[in-house]
Amino acid sequence: MISVSRLTKAYGNVVAVDEVSFEVGKGQIVGFLGPNGAGKSTTLRMLTCYVPPTSGGATINNFDIFHQSEQVRQSLGYLPENTPFYGEMRVEEYLHFRGRLRGMDRTQRNERIEYVVKKCWLADFRKRVIGHLSKGMRQRVGLADALLHNPAVLILDEPTVGLDPTQVIEHRNLLKELAGQHTILLSTHILREVEATCDRAIFIRQGRIVAQGTLEELRTSRRLQSRVLVECRGPSEQVKNTLSRVAGVSKVELLNGEHRGSEGYVTAAIRSQESRDVREEVARTVIQSGWPLREIRLEKGSLEEFFVELMATQAMGRPGEEA
Amino acid sequence: MNRAMAIARREFSSYFYSPIAYVVIITFLIASGFAFYRDFEPGQAAAMRSTLDWMVWFLVIIVPVLSMGLLAQEWASGTIETLMTAPVSDSEVVIGKFFGNLGLLVVMLLPTLLYVVLLTLYSRPDFGPIFSGYLGIFLVGALFVAVGLFCSSLTRNQIVAVVLAILLLCLATVIPYLIAQYASLRPVFRTVIDQAVYRRYSDFSRGVLSTGNIVFFVLTTAVFLFLTVKVLESRRWK
Repeated sequence: MISVSRLTKAYGNVVAVDEVSFEVGKGQIVGFLGPNGAGKSTTLRMLTCYVPPTSGGATINNFDIFHQSEQVRQSLGYLPENTPFYGEMRVEEYLHFRGRLRGMDRTQRNERIEYVVKKCWLADFRKRVIGHLSKGMRQRVGLADALLHNPAVLILDEPTVGLDPTQVIEHRNLLKELAGQHTILLSTHILREVEATCDRAIFIRQGRIVAQGTLEELRTSRRLQSRVLVECRGPSEQVKNTLSRVAGVSKVELLNGEHRGSEGYVTAAIRSQESRDVREEVARTVIQSGWPLREIRLEKGSLEEFFVELMATQAMGRPGEEA
Repeated sequence: MNRAMAIARREFSSYFYSPIAYVVIITFLIASGFAFYRDFEPGQAAAMRSTLDWMVWFLVIIVPVLSMGLLAQEWASGTIETLMTAPVSDSEVVIGKFFGNLGLLVVMLLPTLLYVVLLTLYSRPDFGPIFSGYLGIFLVGALFVAVGLFCSSLTRNQIVAVVLAILLLCLATVIPYLIAQYASLRPVFRTVIDQAVYRRYSDFSRGVLSTGNIVFFVLTTAVFLFLTVKVLESRRWK
């Protein structure tokens, strides 16, 4: 439904989006994750034909974003970041205007406005002036607009920014409801957002895709990097050597170095071969060696950690770069 | 074309949400009322020549004020993004905005038809020059709106847009007028000055309908609209 190949956008010497490629299948919800300034908005703007790519291309609903821009725009609903509006218009009036822009006749408009207003909880706000609405309400108007012409594809740029917690939950439920009928690509910098709604996630950093797949796939790949932490009282060198010989263990590190920690305890971090669980063997070895064992636990390499890492490197990355 | 109409409608009605349209229309009507006062004195010819001539000068200020926000506002507030990601073409946007503004101009001119009624009540005016005068004002207005729209497309700052538009319009009206008044010119320059908007307009208010003048206004309007479309296109490539 959305097919992107080597999409690139450069502003002068600054490459905002660097050869990004991905696919979104029909009816899927895909989250586009990355810190601010990673190139999410720029990518979405290229897909919605607002800015032309420097190189590479994409198709939406089998229409080329460059040569069939009008058909592309007809088949997508877009919620831009910060959802700009004509503040002086009333909600219903605005939706009528947007409907006319998309060539909908009066009957179609009335029917669809009835539908989107109900879907986006705007029934009591139809006659309200948009400029007087709260951020959350305006976000709903934006979503109603994106849904108005029943587009095949929805592209939402940071749809939950500025919503209160209740609205965030409502919003997630709505997205889940809409998936299946629409193909949805949304951008966010909140991992939980993706966990709650998306089938797949695409992580982007400094304009490049650093990881993509279903959340389960991404979790598994991270799990390979999980480790077992053992805290016991014994001579550090000996502990390290003994544990290294345990079957299935690939690497042992002493976390508090060569120095003994509090009360002579040392902590060893053990990586195992191929996600094999070595806890039982390790515990037995420690006990047999006669070292008092205080703690043994499995530390999971989590998506969260990966994400925090991702956000942190960007923050230290190129300063002064715009989204 | 329906899409351009939708944009024109929105633009037209949005004027009435803000005080600016009312303020500007009232100012225009008061000013042209004073101008009409001179036409309406006893002993004057039963015509509206000076009123209509004055209106051109008023429009030099008034049209830029009305058109300054047409595109500058869209850039500033970001609504251009929602607008351009709807299935509309650049030229539909420009044409829509143009007619939205021109529509307001027509609404602004309508109350001045009252002067025509007043003239007919007290005398027997010659309707020919009045009709051609109004046609002329409409054509001048259209050109001014196109210039204003063009200036509005260049910047996201409405003040810059309005100042730039007034400058350009002065260059086409006030400045050639002053030069023609105070300087003796060689024939070459005289020909240049004769292209000025007010010179061409004075033919209309005298009751002379020439194809050349009509073509001049339609063509220059089209040129500015075309330039605006080009600016809109080029800004997306930045």
